[in-house]
Amino acid sequence: MPNQSTKQVSGWGRFPQLKHRVFTPRTASDLHSFVKNNENPNAIAFGNGRSYGDSALSECIIDCRQAQNYFIDFNSQQGTLTCQAGVTLDEILKVIVPKGWFLPVTPGTCFVTLGGAIAADVHGKNHHLAGCFSEHITELQLLLADGTTISCHKNQQPDLFRATCGGMGLTGVILSATIQLKAISSTQILQTTHKTRNLQETFAVFEQNQSSTYSVAWIDCFAKNKSLGRSLVSIGEFADDGSLTQTNKKKARTMPRWFPGFMLNSWTIKIFNTLYYHRQRKPVKQEAVHYQQFFYPLDGIHHWNRMYGRRGFIQYQFILPKKTSFEGLNAILKTIADAGQGSFLAVLKLHGQANENWLSFPMEGYSLALDFKVQDKLFPLLNRLDQLVLNYKGRFYLAKDARVSREVFEQGYPNIEKFRQYRQDHNMNQHFNSAQSLRIGL
Amino acid sequence: MSSLLILGAKSDIARAVAQQYAANGYDLLLAGRTINELDDFAKDLTIRNEIKVFLHEFDANDFDSHAAFINQLPQLPDGVITAIGYLGEQTQAEQDWTECEKIMNQNLLGNVSVLNIIANLFVQRQSGFIVGISSVAGDRGRQKNYLYGAAKAGFTTYLSGLRNRLYKKNVHVLTVKPGFVNTQMTTDMDLPTKLTAEPEQVAKDIYKAQQNNKNTLYTKGIWAWIMLIIRLIPEWQFKKMDL
Repeated sequence: MPNQSTKQVSGWGRFPQLKHRVFTPRTASDLHSFVKNNENPNAIAFGNGRSYGDSALSECIIDCRQAQNYFIDFNSQQGTLTCQAGVTLDEILKVIVPKGWFLPVTPGTCFVTLGGAIAADVHGKNHHLAGCFSEHITELQLLLADGTTISCHKNQQPDLFRATCGGMGLTGVILSATIQLKAISSTQILQTTHKTRNLQETFAVFEQNQSSTYSVAWIDCFAKNKSLGRSLVSIGEFADDGSLTQTNKKKARTMPRWFPGFMLNSWTIKIFNTLYYHRQRKPVKQEAVHYQQFFYPLDGIHHWNRMYGRRGFIQYQFILPKKTSFEGLNAILKTIADAGQGSFLAVLKLHGQANENWLSFPMEGYSLALDFKVQDKLFPLLNRLDQLVLNYKGRFYLAKDARVSREVFEQGYPNIEKFRQYRQDHNMNQHFNSAQSLRIGL
Repeated sequence: MSSLLILGAKSDIARAVAQQYAANGYDLLLAGRTINELDDFAKDLTIRNEIKVFLHEFDANDFDSHAAFINQLPQLPDGVITAIGYLGEQTQAEQDWTECEKIMNQNLLGNVSVLNIIANLFVQRQSGFIVGISSVAGDRGRQKNYLYGAAKAGFTTYLSGLRNRLYKKNVHVLTVKPGFVNTQMTTDMDLPTKLTAEPEQVAKDIYKAQQNNKNTLYTKGIWAWIMLIIRLIPEWQFKKMDL
């Protein structure tokens, strides 16, 4: 029997916090029999708790890390890796980097599990060239509600694959996956940072660097008028030579539990943003940085989510089609700057083509991710932003979402009915549901 | 490369110990009954840590097989950790000799039998370390688990004597006394979280204590104080208590 407890659980944003039963199977067979015999229709797999909102929250949370934490196979010649879904990307990097391999796609934190990366079909700074995480999976194993295990990939059970990648655990429990890694010859990234003066320049840097592997921008969301959209756009490539064993010199720090939420207000953030933007003097700066600093700057501060205080925060991420991106971002950034509620973590990225998965987030266009401290006046602002995003034909990212309404969400996903139908046809909606899926009606 | 033999390797504490030593570059010999259940675990250890892991069938209750078991190992390991143990059912064991005997055999005799052989080989080699996982339950007999406690008390005393004998032979002996640990063995118990350790923490403590040649390790550390108090209660009072 799995361990069980009833406790306050939340995603990484610490909003919402809900009291739920958490079941922790100890072994793979424990997990199988639990899923097979579970009668609660609202069960959902839980990994390392790094989705921001309520994607992994439900009446019956299945904490899969303990039962699913084995490496199964690593071919260091071919760069193929098979792991159970509870292994984190951090653990994977420790094994593969010294052998000259890297994750083909990585999100901005390495503390997500493999299963979570698949469920959210995460993307990274190389989306415009490499697509989403699922595009590098050669096979995955899924545990269905009846206790059977099924294997799928792009060409085998393609519908199941399209529903599972990006499907937020709503098709079953992801057990393991095989991924094709990317070869590297150094742990260092050669980074070029462009300081841009407005949104137009920011877009231009993205467009000019489409052939570069990695690109992302930090955007000053408090800048107004002529400076609206001013950014630091960083472009990166792995260095061709160097050491594979060199470690990151920066030591990890921990955000104290008592950090008061009021430290983050529109004034402190405005000051921070201005200093951060002007810290770089030259319009273009080049340097070599460790991959951890380049991909996972926030992982260097453990529990950084405490920074927003007790009520937590919402990460608001949307993407707009390329056609409407410029106009749309102008309007949205202006609304945010006028409201004075943005944060210093604002990330802009130009994405490549959408894939065939029914609920994967990226499409060709610009995405913006912003953190907002939870406070009463926040929600009316977000509702206004929702409408702007819809006006510009955009959509929202399930892995970040904690509040979007059904009507708002479904307008962005043309394949959502296929997903719903598939869940219904295979009785998945009788067994797997999260607070998020119930809210949005997935 | 150093190597470590883990007896009773399927237990949660033993597996956490295996991960801890593997992360520190030890090759592992994992021994226990139906040991092939650890195939996936062993593969995981080798991929994560680039070490060698060997699985060996071993039955702690089959005392006669112990010498042959040690002989067929690919090498005499640098150290050995035994996590062989069985909590059993106290009330059942009070009535049923089979259960009682199992508790005695698993916790005491099985360990003594196999460690006798290993100790002699370590003495010959003039090096090695032995870690025995005993229990705080051996520090004083309580009505709730005194059969388990008696076996563990015997094991603690055995390790203490062994340490005394082997000290001059450059072989170190560590006695580990875990308090509550969140494992399969305690899965049905309602344990106070402040006093309960995770197996990973126990494993870390064991590694550190063994590397520093400590003699006795309480884990969590607070159990040293709890047991001190419990030992200090006079017997005329203790016998009336319901601890």
